[in-house]
Formats: sequence, structure tokens, C-alpha cells
Amino acid sequence: MSITADEVRHIALLSRLELSDDEVELYTGHLAEVLKYVEKLKELDVDDVEPTSHAIPMFNVMREDEVMPSLPQEDALENAPDRADPYFRVPKTTE
Amino acid sequence: MEFEPVIGFETHVELAAKSKVFCDTRAEFGGEPNSYVCEVCLGLPGTLPVLNKTSMELSLKVALALNCDIPEVTEFDRKNYYYPDLPKNYQISQEYRPLGRNGAMTILMPGGREKTVGIHNIHLEEDAGKLVHDVYKGRGVSLVDLNRASTSLLEIVSQPDMRSPEEAEAFMETMRSLLRYLEVSDCKMQEGSLRFELNVSMRPKGQKEFGTKVEVKNVGSVRAVLRALDYEMRRQTEILEDGGRVIQETRLWDDERGETRSMRVKEGAKDYRYFPEPDLPPVHIDREYLETLRKDLPELRDAKRKRFVEEYGLPDYDAGVLAAEKAVADFFEECTRLHNAPKVYSNWIMVYILRELGGEDEKEIADLKITPEHLAQLAQILDSGKINQNIAKKVLNKSLQTGDLPEKIIQEKGLEMVSDSGEIEKFVDEVIVEQAGPVEEYKNGKDNTLNFLVGQVMRKSRGKAQPDTVQELLRKKIRGEQP
Amino acid sequence: MTEPYQLTAWEAAQALQNRSLSSSELISSVLRRIGEVEPKVHAFQVVIADKAKEMAKEIDDRRARGDSLHPWAGVPIAVKDNFCLKDAPCTCSSRILENFNPPYHATVVQKMLDAGLIPIGKTNLDEFAMGSSTENSAFGMTRNPWDLDRVPGGSSGGSAASIIADETVLSIGSDTGGSIRQPAAFCSITGMKPTYGRVSRYGLVAFASSLDQIGPMTKDVRDAAGLLQIIAGHDPHDSTSIAQPVPDYLTELTGDVRGLKIGIPKEYSIEGMNPEIEKNWREAALFYEGQGAECVEISLPHTEYAIAVYYMIGTAEASSNLARYDGVVYGRRAEGPFENIVDMYRKSRSEGFGSEVKRRIMLGTYVLSAGYFDAYYRRAQRVRTLIKNDFEAAFKTVDVVLCPATPSPPFKAGEKTDDPLEMYLSDVFTAPLNLAGLPGIVIPGGFSSEGLPIGIQLIGPALSESRLFNVAHRFQMETDIHKRRPTL
Repeated sequence: MSITADEVRHIALLSRLELSDDEVELYTGHLAEVLKYVEKLKELDVDDVEPTSHAIPMFNVMREDEVMPSLPQEDALENAPDRADPYFRVPKTTE
Repeated sequence: MEFEPVIGFETHVELAAKSKVFCDTRAEFGGEPNSYVCEVCLGLPGTLPVLNKTSMELSLKVALALNCDIPEVTEFDRKNYYYPDLPKNYQISQEYRPLGRNGAMTILMPGGREKTVGIHNIHLEEDAGKLVHDVYKGRGVSLVDLNRASTSLLEIVSQPDMRSPEEAEAFMETMRSLLRYLEVSDCKMQEGSLRFELNVSMRPKGQKEFGTKVEVKNVGSVRAVLRALDYEMRRQTEILEDGGRVIQETRLWDDERGETRSMRVKEGAKDYRYFPEPDLPPVHIDREYLETLRKDLPELRDAKRKRFVEEYGLPDYDAGVLAAEKAVADFFEECTRLHNAPKVYSNWIMVYILRELGGEDEKEIADLKITPEHLAQLAQILDSGKINQNIAKKVLNKSLQTGDLPEKIIQEKGLEMVSDSGEIEKFVDEVIVEQAGPVEEYKNGKDNTLNFLVGQVMRKSRGKAQPDTVQELLRKKIRGEQP
Repeated sequence: MTEPYQLTAWEAAQALQNRSLSSSELISSVLRRIGEVEPKVHAFQVVIADKAKEMAKEIDDRRARGDSLHPWAGVPIAVKDNFCLKDAPCTCSSRILENFNPPYHATVVQKMLDAGLIPIGKTNLDEFAMGSSTENSAFGMTRNPWDLDRVPGGSSGGSAASIIADETVLSIGSDTGGSIRQPAAFCSITGMKPTYGRVSRYGLVAFASSLDQIGPMTKDVRDAAGLLQIIAGHDPHDSTSIAQPVPDYLTELTGDVRGLKIGIPKEYSIEGMNPEIEKNWREAALFYEGQGAECVEISLPHTEYAIAVYYMIGTAEASSNLARYDGVVYGRRAEGPFENIVDMYRKSRSEGFGSEVKRRIMLGTYVLSAGYFDAYYRRAQRVRTLIKNDFEAAFKTVDVVLCPATPSPPFKAGEKTDDPLEMYLSDVFTAPLNLAGLPGIVIPGGFSSEGLPIGIQLIGPALSESRLFNVAHRFQMETDIHKRRPTL
């Protein structure tokens, strides 16, 4: 199963990227190559193998419910590309 | 063809932890925008989440109270989607191993019918921030406030087990009561700490398969949910009656217009690409710890109602009203602890106190000026015979307004009953003389006239005589009846 | 005559403590060196000269006053530009963070500052740490000081180059699939990736959360041990950080390898591998046998699947970690006007990210997407378990594993940029460790007939950093390879 240009366009949308037609073609080729390489994983029988999500096992890491000082409002807004103090401002959502 | 609704709810509860679920910033309603934030909940590069112990504990209490299966290990997963109120563009939630599954909640319909509603799952996640819509340079914009981002949110997903607006209402009331009983949230719908998302589909009566489900968001109160439900039921029925198909979608309730509106299809279908959150280790839920939590659960509404019936001899309906809110139930019991007069308290609370609660500002019993001490004192004074029922009501109302203790009010206003039996007898004798006609009628067997005569004595005493005593005296003097 | 910039941290610390050298002199020396060679090497994104001089003066004053200081106080360190240093740029070599100044310090940065280390600059990297050559930097590549036409490796290419070019005394990098170890091999320096969770990731801009680790990049093993000592330890801000106490690596550094069992994994002898690399590996094995260790052949049967697993899991996690770069709270926003926010997201991200980053984001998104999650991501996680188990089994019979660091010596700039898959295959010896969470150290092993660096790698079980330092130190006690410097 190889990835198609349409799938690449769909993926680009899901990951909020915009690709030109040339780029779609280029990336489709690259991704297809990698996915083909990755097919080798199917050689293995892994039905009885547990997936690993965490390399070093650890459990129950929690903290007490204590409040610490917040960032000053100015620091929070400092890196904003567009601000309408005290808010961040963005173009409208699509609903 | 008749259609019936199939209704389910997704309940969102903002948990009462002081700090947020994955960072130690203040989790409070109403702050200046973007002042309760830190680098973690802003989603700055390099930041990492750390789980709040209390958020987990409060969530487990709910799972226990809803009779869920609680797994040995629970984990967090990332739910990936882009939205400006979600700083990381993923929400840390639970998809594969939530902390509670296969639970159930019993709801009570007016009239006494009970029904069990299934709980599909309960999971803990972080809430998003808030958007305010505005216009800037002629274009629509959103203003983003991230104070609420990453506060603890418990999501309770019910099974689509409800079949009528009554059942839906009972579900919401029961859920709210339960959560307040557990003290896991203040459940203030106006502030958004409790939100209900409605799922509704219609199917021909008698059909087994469900129709197409529609989700309705943006309903800010129980009444609004019921209005939205009513609207959706009609809208969907109309479509089906015309032979059309209902579109599976999410709609927004517009309370002003009284209608639901379609959210235009979001870019990229709902592919959340859930995968285990690598930054948070799994949580082992120790069975012994669960048992301690279970033992510490407060007595819940239904158990309390039944106990009130048994212990205090209250009618089932009254017991139900008192038990509906834990704070009210506790108030009632504290009164009886101070002075034993359950039926009196029940009456006063139901008639005078409950009407002060709720409302637009969601007033609580703790917000009132009156305390169990007030009621107990009043009941005691009533029992002693110093005042009668009518006076007691007047005093109660005054106390509600001013917060003054009953004794003080009675003294200041000189409301004490006339206890001097000599004085009462004097009034009785005066009335017998003044009302010769009615006295004659009563003597001759017209029982009703007694009330009139009692009323006259009460008038003379300015309401401060005990009606029972007056009655007895009149009977004795006119008819010679012994008490 | 040794210039101060040529000193190791250990040597510099001694000189600073016996007052034969001041921190200000050391910083000046390093800054002069940077001035000389930086135009050729381009190791740095930004040099923090003024602040460094200020800090040096302060340390000197405190030393003069007799304040109690960490022995290494006053030593300069180059920090990879994906670590948050408060109020300094943190670009991750990406246009999307070109003007971003974090309002907080990474935990490791705070630890370094507490010890009195002086950040001399932020070093160049492959954009968002994605790459094996530093060619993916949005601000120009770093050149290998041994041969300016060749790559220094990646993604911590800037850190590695800065060390071998003596543009700094210490450096720190991050390693997700080999990003410390491969450039260490290419530049002939010492680089270690500790056990996952040994060093706090708080403040390291995340690439792949379950694989990322931070480690020292230094002139020799002793410096690496000393630097790890400073940066390691539990951090309540990082839920994946290990609670076990940090040993005193420097005190435990004896270099004793007698009786040690060294595993030689047969699957690491791969087709297409440069024969000089293989030869150097065998020679290293012989060296250790001569020192009293015993080398045995072992098997790590799932080695050939590691790259595939790495590129499934790493890209999946990265696609999620990089979703936050959207121009809302920080970072680059494209020029408007925009139809709506989706338009803004797409334009800003497409403008801000380079092609390798886009490629990996898309691959990762695909691997997680509906219909493919089980076939790709879940399957990769299961094979990850098999790879982990391979090492566990191996360490039942041996104490460390000895293998090459890279399949080839440093390649020429541009040689692999047209073929992403070929580039990915350079991680074949390093990626397995990130999957298993195990520690690995790379030291200079020799030079090719063309005079290009060849590295050797030692791998140990979880939390065996001390053991690894010892085995590596032995090599440096008996050979001089790590002391060679390029002529710039």
C-alpha cells in the first residue's frame, strides 16, 4: 500500500500545512519511499507483544494540589504575534 | 408515525482543585484574562505536564459514586486537533484506559418512578481556554483568554438511555446533586463549572435501532438544555416525517433565537489521532486506596432520603426535597441535632428557605444569614409555648432578612405569647359576654362557630394567645367540655 | 604554549581554583578563538559575549572574596539552541521561532548556572533537532572543522564542532536517535546520551518525548562525567525524570576494566558499512582485551528494524509536539490578511518550517491517522518492546556492548540531502538506544585513511553511566586520539 498525492494533501490539511503541487509530488515520493522501507516491520509476528509507550517504567508521578505564582501577564503576552491586551488576537474560527 | 427520542449526555465538570490539572497555576474563575497562566499551560516550547493528585482523587470519587469499573492502571492520551483555545493543539485526555467504565446512576422521576442510566466512561482531561468573538479592521477575530486552559475537567459520558425530556431533566438534576454531594465541584452552570452536552436522535416508536445522533453544545443551564432538546426533537421529527435524513453533526444552541444551528463542517474530519501521552507515566490505582476512598464517600442523596423517612418520620416527598442538596440536608440535620423537631424544620425549610436559594446568582444555603442555630432556637421557643405557629413564621421571615436570632426579634417586638392564663381567661370571658349570639349558636351544637370565637379571642390578645388553649377554655366555659 | 581555550574543563577548573587563570581571561580567550574560526565553522547561532563577560567577572569577584563555589564555576559552556535560556533567543534553528525568547530557564540550564558555568552561546542544530548533518538549519549549516566541505553530523552539529574547534570548553546537546553521539563521532569528541529520564527534559524543546535525552558533549570522558554530574538528577517538573540519586561520577572514574565482559553484537556488522569503521571497531575490541576485559559475540536480533521503528514513533510524537507552533501565543505568524484561522495556521507553519520538519510532521501525522494507527504506530511500539528485550537479554551475559557509532565517516555537505531515507539510515547504530532508553557514550576511536574521524560507541544497561565512563576513560588513558585537533 503506497501513499497517494490525495492522502498527502489530506495529511497536510490535518497538520495545518499548505503545499504547492510540486511540493505534494515531492513529498509523496519521499513519504512513499519511507513507508516502503517501514513495511519490513510486517515481517515480525508481534501479536503477543505488549507495546512500549515509556522506555523506563515509572508509575504514579503526581504533585500536591498547591498554587504557585503565575507568569506576569506581560510575560505571557510578550511573544505574541498579535495582541489586544489582555488577550491574544487571532483570525476568526470557522464556526 | 410516532417518533421517540433517544437521549444521552456528556457532562463536563470542572473539578474543585486549587491548581490546574497539569501545572501549579491557580485554577479559579473570574481572573483578569491571561493572568492565571504559566509557561506550561501556555504551551510554551520545552514545557511538560505534571499530574495533580487531587484532580485524580476527585475523579476517582466520582467513578466510585457512579459504580464504575475502575482499572488497575489508567493512562493519559493525546487528543490532537487545532483550535486557538488549545495552546498545544492537543488536549491531554484519556481514550484507551479511562479511569472509570460501565457505571450506572439511578434517577428518580417526579411521581416516584426510578430508572437506571448507564455511564459509558468517565475520564479526566484538561479544559481549554476561552474565546471571545470580536471584529478588528473589518474582519472577524477571536480574542483568546487562557486562564481556563488546563484546569481539571472530568468528562462523564452516559449511555443513550433516556427516552423523554422528563428523564433528561431528572438525569441532569441527579447528576448535579451527586457531584455537589461529593464536593468535587461547585457545579455553577452560570460560571461554566458544570456543562451538559446533549446527544439526541429520533426513531420510530418500537424500532430497536437508533436514529442518527446529533450533538448539541453551548447550553448554559438545565432549562436551556430542555429548550434545546424540545427544539431538536421537533426539528428531527419534521425531517423524518418528510422522508429526509438527519445529518450526523454537532449543532450550537442559540438561546436568544431559540434554535440550534449547524457548526459548519470542521476542516479535516474528526481524526484525533489519539496516542498514549509520553510525558505522563501511567497511574496504578491501588485497590486498598480505592476502598479508603469508597468508605469516605458521603451518604448520597437516595440513601439519605430513605434514612430521613425512617429516622425522622418524614413523608417520602419531603425527605426527597430535603435530601436533594447535601448542604440543605446537613443544615436540616444540624437543626435536629440542636433541638429535636424534624417536622417543623422540614416545613420551614421547604416553605421559606428553599425559595431563597438558586436563582440567577445560584445562591447557596451557606450564603443565607440564617443558620441551624436560628431555626433550632425558634423551634425550641415554639415548643415551649411562648409563641404560636403564626408568630414563628413572622419571626423566621424577619430572621432571614436580618440574621438576628429569634430570641432577640421576639424580645424587641414583644411577640411573646400571652402565657398568663388569667389574662387569657379574661379575654375569653370578655368575648363570651360580647359575642352572646355566636356563643348561643355554639352552645346549641353549631361547631363551626368555635373558630370564630377563637378568632375573636386571638384578636383581643393581638395574636399572642395559644389557639389550642383558647379553644379548650371556650369549650369548657360554654359547653362544659373537659379537655 | 597552551591557550586557555584549549583546556579541558577539568584542567581549567584547576587553573581557576589555584588562581593561575581567571574566568575573565578564560572567557576572553574563548571569545577570541570564536572570532578567529567562527567564520569558517559557523557552530553558533548566537554568541552571548557581553553577558558571558559579566558573569565571568562576577565569578572572579566571588572567588576573590573567598565565596564557596562549585569547582567548575567560571567555565564556559556552549548550549544547543533548543534549550530554553531565559530572555535569550531559542530558535531551534527554525524560522518559526526566529524571534522567540523564552520567559524561563530549562532545568539543566538552571543547574548549570547554579554551578557557575557560563553560557557562551547557543549552538546551531538541524531544525527542531531533526537531522543527521546540521544541513537542516534554517540559518546555514555548520561545517566539520576536520574538513570544511563535510558535515559535522547532527542534530547537535554546532555543539560538536564548537568543542573540537576549541570555541568552548564544555557543550551540551540533545539526542533523540543519535543527535549527540553521531556528531561526536563525526567531530572526534566525547558525547554521551544518558539513560532516559536521567537528565530532566524540562526546557528542552521537545522533538520526540519518549526518545529525547540531554547529555554532555566534551573534549574528554572526565569532562563528560563532571558535566553529567552537574545536570543529572530528578526534577519534579519532568514526570519522566528518574528519582534514583546521582552517583559521584568523577569519584567513581577509575578506568578499571579488568574482568569486564564486553559484548560485540554481530548484527552491527552491516552490509555497505565502511570497512575502515569495521576495522576500527575490531581494533577497539582488541584494545580492551589487552586491558583485561573479555570480548564475546552477542546477538541483538531486531537491530535491522530499529530505524523503521524510530521513524514511526519519533515522527508520530514530533507531529504532535510541533503542533503548538501556530502563531497564536508565540512564534512566527505569516503576513495576513487571512480568511480564517485555519488559513493563518497553514500559511504560518508552511512559511516557518523547513522541508525536513514538514516531511516528518506529515509522516508522523499519517502514522497516527485513522486506519493506520494499528498498522504503523502500534506495531512500531510492539517492535520497540522486542528491541528493548534484545538489550535486556544481552546484559544478562555482558556488562557493556561495544559497537561503531556511525556506518561511515563524515560525509560531504549535500551528499545525502536529496535522499531522506539515506540520511535516516545514518542513525542505524544510535537509534536503538533511544528506543530502549539505555545510555550510550561515543568517544574518538581513530581516523580514516582520509584523515576523517571515526567514533566508537559503548552501550550499557539502564543507569550504568558510571560503568560507561570507566570503560571509555580507559581508552583515553591509553591513547591520544581524543587529544588531536584539526588545523583551522
